[in-house]
Amino acid sequence: MTHVTMTVNGKAVAGEVEGRTLLSSFLREGLGLTGTHVGCDTSQCGSCVVHVDGHAVKSCSVFALDVAGGQVKTIEGMANADGSLGVIQQAFQDHHGLQCGFCTPGMVMTTAALLAGNARPTEAEVRHGLEGNICRCTGYHNIVKAVLAASGQDVAAIAAE
Amino acid sequence: MPKDGGIGASTVRREDIRFLTGKGRYTADINLRGQAYACFVRSEVAHGRINGIDTAAALAMPGVLAVMTGEDFTGMGGNPAGWHIPSRDGSAMREPKRPVLAHGKVRHVGDAYAVVVAETVEQARDGAAAVVADITELPAIIDMARAVADPSHRVHDEIDGNLAFDWGWIEDNRAAVDAAFKIAPHVTTLELVNNRLIPNAMEPRASIGDYDAGTQDYKLYTTSQNPHLHRLLIAAFVMGMPENKLTVIAPDVGGGFGSKIYHYGEEAAVLAAAKAINRPVKWVADRSESFLSDAHGRDHVTKIELATDKQGNFLALRTETMANVGAYLSNFSTATPTFLHGTLMAGPYKTPLVYVNVKAVFTNTAPVDAYRGAGRPEATYSIERVVDKMCRELSLDPVAVRRANFLTPDQFPYTTPVGLMYDTGNYQATLDKLMEIGDLAGFEARRAASAKNGKLRGLGLSTWIEACGIAPSNLVGQLGARVGLFDAATVRVNATGNISVMTGAHSHGQGHETVFAQIVSDKLGIPASSIDIVHGDTSKIPFGMGSYGSRSLAVGGTAMVKAVDKIIAKGKKIAAHMLEAAEGDIVFEDGKFSVTGTDKAKSFGEIAFSAYVPHNYPLETLEPGLEETAFYDPANFTYPAGAYACEVEVDAETGKVDVVGFACADDFGNVMNPMIVNGQVHGGVAQGIGQALLELAVYDDNGQLLTGSYMDYTMPRADDLPMFTVDHSCITPCTHNPLGVKGCGEAGAIGSPPAVVNAVIDALQRGGHSHVKHIDMPLTPSRVWAAIQG
Repeated sequence: MTHVTMTVNGKAVAGEVEGRTLLSSFLREGLGLTGTHVGCDTSQCGSCVVHVDGHAVKSCSVFALDVAGGQVKTIEGMANADGSLGVIQQAFQDHHGLQCGFCTPGMVMTTAALLAGNARPTEAEVRHGLEGNICRCTGYHNIVKAVLAASGQDVAAIAAE
Repeated sequence: MPKDGGIGASTVRREDIRFLTGKGRYTADINLRGQAYACFVRSEVAHGRINGIDTAAALAMPGVLAVMTGEDFTGMGGNPAGWHIPSRDGSAMREPKRPVLAHGKVRHVGDAYAVVVAETVEQARDGAAAVVADITELPAIIDMARAVADPSHRVHDEIDGNLAFDWGWIEDNRAAVDAAFKIAPHVTTLELVNNRLIPNAMEPRASIGDYDAGTQDYKLYTTSQNPHLHRLLIAAFVMGMPENKLTVIAPDVGGGFGSKIYHYGEEAAVLAAAKAINRPVKWVADRSESFLSDAHGRDHVTKIELATDKQGNFLALRTETMANVGAYLSNFSTATPTFLHGTLMAGPYKTPLVYVNVKAVFTNTAPVDAYRGAGRPEATYSIERVVDKMCRELSLDPVAVRRANFLTPDQFPYTTPVGLMYDTGNYQATLDKLMEIGDLAGFEARRAASAKNGKLRGLGLSTWIEACGIAPSNLVGQLGARVGLFDAATVRVNATGNISVMTGAHSHGQGHETVFAQIVSDKLGIPASSIDIVHGDTSKIPFGMGSYGSRSLAVGGTAMVKAVDKIIAKGKKIAAHMLEAAEGDIVFEDGKFSVTGTDKAKSFGEIAFSAYVPHNYPLETLEPGLEETAFYDPANFTYPAGAYACEVEVDAETGKVDVVGFACADDFGNVMNPMIVNGQVHGGVAQGIGQALLELAVYDDNGQLLTGSYMDYTMPRADDLPMFTVDHSCITPCTHNPLGVKGCGEAGAIGSPPAVVNAVIDALQRGGHSHVKHIDMPLTPSRVWAAIQG
């Protein structure tokens, strides 16, 4: 076991991990931050996306020790300071961008990174940007709509409301 | 206009708050004090005889607490099939025992034969790797035709021919159907494959077994769509314990699509292991295990024939299907290819004569069971593909032909030749609506524009019906169901006027916590924020058969409405006493009990308070308290129907298909929350497009699953799909439930695959590739390209 420290959602944390402990396991089992989900074992589904030093990463593909000293942000850190939903979270609720909720934390974290790099993406750019996150419930229609809305774009014209 | 937050309002979902902030509570998120971890040891061969399992090395590994094998479970019962389907010769269904862990033989790759329990997940995995099994590999039986034709190999030693049943529906119709084919002016024949799919709910299965040695009570947390069904199967059939000694909790569940209806051996194993080590035992599947061991879907090989006159009027329909059930009969696996498939073969049409034959075939593959739509997508695909082929053979307009063969609104109630009684519908209306919202008139211009870009554009239609709201118990009992399919709800009004509703329906993405509260709010005139919906816990809920078959609202919701009606009825008695009026003079409206024609009234809250503080209360004739339970068994199935149009662009040089438009006009009866209904359709259509273009479970000849991860099994991703145009304004309310609802959960997955395939064939035909009459799903670029090459 090795001692590891990092900053998660603005708080300094520490724990004992094995060399093989994944960041996703450290967050879920070590810190009890179970909002980060594990939906596959091949880095394909994106349910486990968190931010490390501002970049979206699949936390199932990173060893906890590799993130030692880093700044990690998870879904638990995405609400506003007063506890209300952040802009992206609110857009997902307003536009029914989630059903079972399992892929949702990863979708929100990927969206945050996407919008940080492209403040007003086109629909095609959103779809491309979400390619690494699988949702089985929504058919992506309302997720794409939520992301566009979160970027401040008018989505009223999008079909099927 | 719907009441604010009531029936018909697009209320945003209350459950979203916890899911969006990381506070959902899925089974894998739950940790019990002192829990150990299980890892299952799974067969690496498709078929083999177990000569012995050496667990000594595993038991000596650090942290390993116990190792159990199939041998440890031979005293337990088998996991049963929920329906008995007799063969057409009258013989009984052949149903092999499905043990908790494989014993004697392993029958598919991923078949678990041992479980290792250890202090940590990692130690359990290390221990599992140290289990040494002596298994003699046997020839794998994978191809259905060979499984039936070759008598030398058996998945189950006692079942020759590898057939569970050979079912005919309806046998009495067979001679008349055959006679109609003999004299028909035109017969269209199509052989097709309904491709094998893997459900892939994003949350992998997980279970935690807990045992209280003091009370001898078991508790199971598990990823279930129907916790009471799990309790029944585990207690009464597999483990042989009283039902009252087992609590099953299905907390937040991350999607199901059918795959979490069923009881799997891992659930009984963690319960037995928890008792053995006297500690909770947790198991969370990794995705690779899910691919290998979750029940798969579809997997039919069908020959369908349609007899018509030269004008395209349907005279008779006949099908022969081989349905893969895999290595064991999963709980709904025998109903899915029969009564959820054969009974739908009339579609929305007035076809007078129909005969369906289904052979259920054992193979050395994972069990196959209901997956979103369950039998009805298979029926719809067969019908809508053969109708389209017939239209091409006779040079008829596919819209006009469908219209000419539709049942008309004046024909309801209508008894089909395959045993269902459609209560209501208007198929012309949904087709008209589709023409409008899909701008079918503008297709030619869009096709010309695509052609300028070098793409072949095609338009495909599908007009579909399903039977859902599963199910009238007396009817399905006659058809072989071994359970009732009613549902139940308790409405508990607390002394302070707020409400807990305990529903037997289970939400794993459908939004029941929001929609059910909308309905109760609407009925009782109190704010939805004062109403909680409780589901997923057998210790809290009276009973329930869970959520599948688009039944939550039509069956579970109706039970809830009936319990609300009882609350109102009791409230009237209390109000009559308090207001010194006759009970018959009390009316309940907008949350108030009033004496008709006067301004005398009591609020709902006052009545509730009086029920719990009965100082001025008719105690001699009425019990205090305000809590009612209702059980509801539907009189009939419900029959949602609709019309779908798909537009594709095909790149003839690569065979790549892009879905560029998809429109759905559905009749779901009355709609409780349009936003949620739209979302259900979007998701269903995405799964249907996935089936049509992307998804296929592939086993090689040795029974190895070649598509065992997201690297190989193609899930629809955001850039594979377009925006969808969805409408549900055509409404013929269900005639036999009080909400007039039909169900919407499976529609998209049922109606969409034939629309996609019809569109691709249309694109190729219009684009000069007239030799392409059919391509089996999924229509991958290589398959389309190969078809173009001829």
